[in-house]
Amino acid sequence: MSLLEKHGILERSPTLLFIFSLVAVSIGGIVEIAPLFYLQNTIEKVDGMRPYTPLELAGRNIYVREGCYLCHSQMIRPFRDEVERYGPYSLAAESMYDHPFQWGSKRTGPDLARVGDRYSDTWHVEHLINPRALVPESVMPPYSFLVRTAQRTDDIGEHLVANQMVGVPYSEDMIANAEADMLAQVNPDSDAADALVERYGENVRVRDFDGDPDKLTEMDALVAYLQMLGTLVDFELYDADAPENLR
Amino acid sequence: MADKEIDEFSGTETTGHEWDGIKELNTPMPRWWINTFYITVIWAIGYMILYPAWPLISDYTHGYLGYSSRAELSAEMVVARSEQQVFLDQINAASLEEITASPELQQFATAGGRSAFLVNCTPCHGLGAQGAPGYPNLNDDDWIWGGTLEDIYLTIKHGIRFTEDWDTRDSGMPAFGRDEILDRAEITDIAAHVRSIAGLEHDASAAARGALGFADNCAACHGDNGEGLQELGAPALGDAIWFYGKSAEEIAAQITNPKHGVMPAWAERLDDTIIKQLAVYVHSLGGGE
Repeated sequence: MSLLEKHGILERSPTLLFIFSLVAVSIGGIVEIAPLFYLQNTIEKVDGMRPYTPLELAGRNIYVREGCYLCHSQMIRPFRDEVERYGPYSLAAESMYDHPFQWGSKRTGPDLARVGDRYSDTWHVEHLINPRALVPESVMPPYSFLVRTAQRTDDIGEHLVANQMVGVPYSEDMIANAEADMLAQVNPDSDAADALVERYGENVRVRDFDGDPDKLTEMDALVAYLQMLGTLVDFELYDADAPENLR
Repeated sequence: MADKEIDEFSGTETTGHEWDGIKELNTPMPRWWINTFYITVIWAIGYMILYPAWPLISDYTHGYLGYSSRAELSAEMVVARSEQQVFLDQINAASLEEITASPELQQFATAGGRSAFLVNCTPCHGLGAQGAPGYPNLNDDDWIWGGTLEDIYLTIKHGIRFTEDWDTRDSGMPAFGRDEILDRAEITDIAAHVRSIAGLEHDASAAARGALGFADNCAACHGDNGEGLQELGAPALGDAIWFYGKSAEEIAAQITNPKHGVMPAWAERLDDTIIKQLAVYVHSLGGGE
């Protein structure tokens, strides 16, 4: 009996068939996926990427909680139609601090990878309260409760710790001051805001986002996150056609 | 299993299984299916040689063709731009007035401006540039920051009250009520006066009382008769176009704690050529000065 005819042995035993299927699939995974974790050129070297500020991280948590990713992608693919519409295609580096990433897989609404700085804060607030007030043809549900819901601040340090455990380079200083930094981002011209910028860098947007300077709401957090999206990488310093950046 | 049993009716081998005298045939896979399978295996090997396939220790196999989706996009963009280059060069070299003077350039810029408008501007200004409460209608001739080609170009390029851009145009109306510059009664009177300037129904005695307050507090920017001042982005108050509402309550609310429109700057996001085309398109919508 030749080797080729021995498959009958595997096919007659569910246990053996399962074990060998597992081995075959594992080999595929190890060869094709595992190297992405150690290859140095998987993530482009860029200028400007930083961990999210506590307020942006809280906004990102709201983005995940409300399931925004179900209708909005954050992944501009390297196609001409997408680049002409949304801006430079998304880089791996831009989602390296995302746990989990928010690439999404369906666009009922537009891609949001570069929505930051595209519209005013007021536009975002009014649009989230009632999308059809500004875009009559929109099918997006209203999220008016965000402007009435106070943003929880006491647990944000723990969110930073959790992200630090999965590899986001939050410093001990950032974690210790997480709650103060969160409040400072909506409080421009304060010493705490200067300390926030000191810790996270010049490209942090410090202002009152929801139009109500007296309260920190979930709207502040979500708009702070949206206004940051896609604005961190300095594309003037990034050579898209360099050999190490082509793939 | 050693001695193969051949079924006498079909002439094919049996598996050796038998139930109540019925035997299972071991019919081979169709030839075409087997051949297709072998072809896909050969195809996969060819693909691995030609295209990026295997991750290695410090790099990956780039493949004989050296294919890269990003390089392909770059090349595609170069071709797309080169097809428009003859127009883009002329638009780059020409002033905004020269573009509108040349029918050919005007046509190209209006078409290009329109597609850029649909992608970037419609969420605030609407599909028909009709605006929304708080977001200006661009079809009319009531311009807050100026309606010449140059003004529109500057507004698009640097935005309005957009703090990330150093050249943005900025102005702020004082919060007369919130900062207790005026009391509630004075604000109500001034609101009535504003309505009288605009020719709307108003309380005549309140409007008369508000005239002095208007002259002292509002006329410097909005003009003695509410004609507005584009250099400061102070809207005209004497016309029929209202930004944040025209009821006495809405006007009083705006005097008490004013809202300020913000427009993002597009200099970082769009090419100068596109911004020029956008300016020409917006100027052509009907109200360009």
